[in-house]
Amino acid sequence: MLSVAVKKTRGSFSLDAAFELPTPGVVALFGRSGSGKSTLINLIAGLLDADAGRVALDDLIWLDAERRINVPPERRRIGYVFQDARLFPHLSVEGNLRYGEKRASSRAFISLDTVAGLLDLGSLMERRTHQLSGGERQRVAIGRALLSQPNLLLLDEPLASLDTARREEVLPYLENLRDQLAVPMVYVSHDFDEVLRLSTYIVLMEQGRTIAQGGVGDMSLNADLRSIIGTDAVGAIIDGRVLGVDESSGLTRVSAGRGELKVHAPNLAAGATLRLQLLARDLIVATQPPQNLSVRNSLSGVVASMSRDDADSELIAIDIGGTLIMARVTTAAVRDLRLAPGLPVWALVKSVSLRSHYFAAPPAKPIARPGA
Amino acid sequence: MMWLSPSESEALSLSLSIAARSVVLSLPLGVLAAWVLTRRRFLGHTLLDAFVHLPLVLPPVMVGYLLLLLFGTRGPIGHLLQRAFGVELIFTRNGAALATAVMSFPLMVRAMRISLENVDRGLEEAARTLGAGAFDRFATITLPLMLPGVLAGAITAFSAALGEFGAVITFVSNIPGETRTLPLALYTALQTPGGDDAAARLAVISFALGLSGLLLSEWFARRVRRLLGRPC
Repeated sequence: MLSVAVKKTRGSFSLDAAFELPTPGVVALFGRSGSGKSTLINLIAGLLDADAGRVALDDLIWLDAERRINVPPERRRIGYVFQDARLFPHLSVEGNLRYGEKRASSRAFISLDTVAGLLDLGSLMERRTHQLSGGERQRVAIGRALLSQPNLLLLDEPLASLDTARREEVLPYLENLRDQLAVPMVYVSHDFDEVLRLSTYIVLMEQGRTIAQGGVGDMSLNADLRSIIGTDAVGAIIDGRVLGVDESSGLTRVSAGRGELKVHAPNLAAGATLRLQLLARDLIVATQPPQNLSVRNSLSGVVASMSRDDADSELIAIDIGGTLIMARVTTAAVRDLRLAPGLPVWALVKSVSLRSHYFAAPPAKPIARPGA
Repeated sequence: MMWLSPSESEALSLSLSIAARSVVLSLPLGVLAAWVLTRRRFLGHTLLDAFVHLPLVLPPVMVGYLLLLLFGTRGPIGHLLQRAFGVELIFTRNGAALATAVMSFPLMVRAMRISLENVDRGLEEAARTLGAGAFDRFATITLPLMLPGVLAGAITAFSAALGEFGAVITFVSNIPGETRTLPLALYTALQTPGGDDAAARLAVISFALGLSGLLLSEWFARRVRRLLGRPC
């Protein structure tokens, strides 16, 4: 468990943030620019001194203002990947990678070979840092942080300075780390797509405050999140379990609440986790079991709650068996269908409009810190 | 140096030796002063800054006179040095090196400071998160990255040391084979009837040394910058 509760006032900006991350896991610090995300991770790293508070990972206490504990950053063993990579220009790629490793004394659990494999760095070792592309720079920066044998990995918008193509080049590596390593990560981002692909837990920040937090599924329906990402991006996020392949259609069957969805996601082993995003604007609500439709997926449930979205639409939360999904429906349709909490409904979604992201089944032996 | 007289080539090699000693003496202090003045804010910062730059604006003769007061046989520091280490500064080449070091110190610190100001502090922060303590960070990140400035500072100081006149002649006098450096030899030649040819030869050497020092410093700086992948 990573627990953070810190206060810091700098000029007119004041930060008062608290969150707890179940570990191992990836927490996304998400919010608009200027909401204090970077300040918060600098406080966790110790690069900024907090006015008050506590930062601890299980029994490792890095900051406890009351007990006057404040471990300097160089002894916290927190890996930090900066937005601008910050590679050392006078060292080769290997020199950069080894910098943290040399100073990690005897407690190595991640080797250079492992890192080179995870991040595909083998062919870059001898290069000077100014010969690297933006994506390669970030991969080296991530590798360097990992080789410092960190207790925790902080990533401050590592993809923000890259264009879309380069971003796509680096994201799979980050997914790889999440699935292979048991090192908890704090990932700062203002891009919800990255959050959706990488994180297991979301902390929302606004004006220096942590305003909401929770698992990705729960947070996906949060009203504050909605106001940040906009109505069109709103939708339930479900971490479904892969059940197998549907023989007749060739689509992959994934559990969702009590029901199941068929999605296009080839070659996934049963038991793996597939994260599905069901955008509210793509869901169709019916009050009778649907028949004679091309739609492959129908989930039965009960209207849980309704809230006004804008002048002519409403957001309908539907309980599909312990899991909530959300549909955006016009006010006129709500009236015609007499939608109200408690009403049994069917939610329809086209397979092709489902966005899915693969989370590997956790490996039998993730790469973990001894004793972690 | 076939066309130099023995006393002239003696002045040349003496100048080089004194300038080298002067740079070796002032280099660590220069790096320290540059670091303190660039990276630390403290009471008396402006005063220290002014103090370091004083030799630029004071008459060299006066600096020589101050050195005489402090490091002379009866001066507080000179007395101590002689008693404790048997080091004699007055009328010696080591004394000449001290005088040139003091005079060229501001030039050296200046070059280092410019270079240090360009070192990205974010890199030091990164090193910190990777487990490097304060001295470790300085030795493995800051110093290598400010190396162009250190080299430029050393070469400029060396060139300036070759040319120092007022402080040297005041502090350690004009002793052939011990403290008579190129400018002092040049001055002496000008004072001697029939010394015009010798003066011209010494002037040409001084000119060539100064120019090559400046060019060398520029060349070094470019090379290091290219090594670090920065535009020249």
